Amino acid sequence: MSVAEQLENLLQAGLNIQHIQLENESHMHSGPATESHFKLVLVSADFEGRRLVQRHQQVYGLVAELMQNPIHALALHLHTPEEWVARNGEVPLSPTCKGGSKVDKG
Amino acid sequence: MSVVDTIKEQIENNAILLYMKGTPRFPQCGFSSRAVEAVMSCGERFAFVNILENPDIRAELPKYANWPTFPQLWINGELVGGCDIICEMAATGELKEMIAAAAQASGDDA
Repeated sequence: MSVAEQLENLLQAGLNIQHIQLENESHMHSGPATESHFKLVLVSADFEGRRLVQRHQQVYGLVAELMQNPIHALALHLHTPEEWVARNGEVPLSPTCKGGSKVDKG
Repeated sequence: MSVVDTIKEQIENNAILLYMKGTPRFPQCGFSSRAVEAVMSCGERFAFVNILENPDIRAELPKYANWPTFPQLWINGELVGGCDIICEMAATGELKEMIAAAAQASGDDA
């Protein structure tokens, strides 16, 4: 199973998802890994009444077993259905790499 | 002092604190770069820790914060979030308000 599939399975198991968009952005970063950087857009009524930091912690918690290894970065854009309509489904672009892994032995 | 105590002390003593990869002048990750740019645009002094040079903090902070990645912005002892949240709050103006309030409050204490 690909990392993207594992990620999606964990999320589907833990959240009531209305809309999911998962992009592999590993090509935008240095290093040999091909499944290391992802961008995830989720729309779920489960986020209602929760602050952004709590929503992110909830999602990171669901996919904890994949974080650090193999996933190095997971950009999250988490919205309630109402917020998603208000922003017309617009998602920000992720940044490109600044070469941290070249100095990064960790 | 244990690493967690160091982290606690940093968070407690710096009203606006960014844990990042690299430095504000030379960020070494696109996410840190974007985050520090947003924080700098608020125009207040802030503290930062380069976690590439502090491997202990890099290892411990994600557990302490319940947040697996960097950057991490802490304001008034509380985790605000990473790059996505920082940028979203910068876009709405909420970040500037929050940082201005924290800077003013910590200035009052000094």
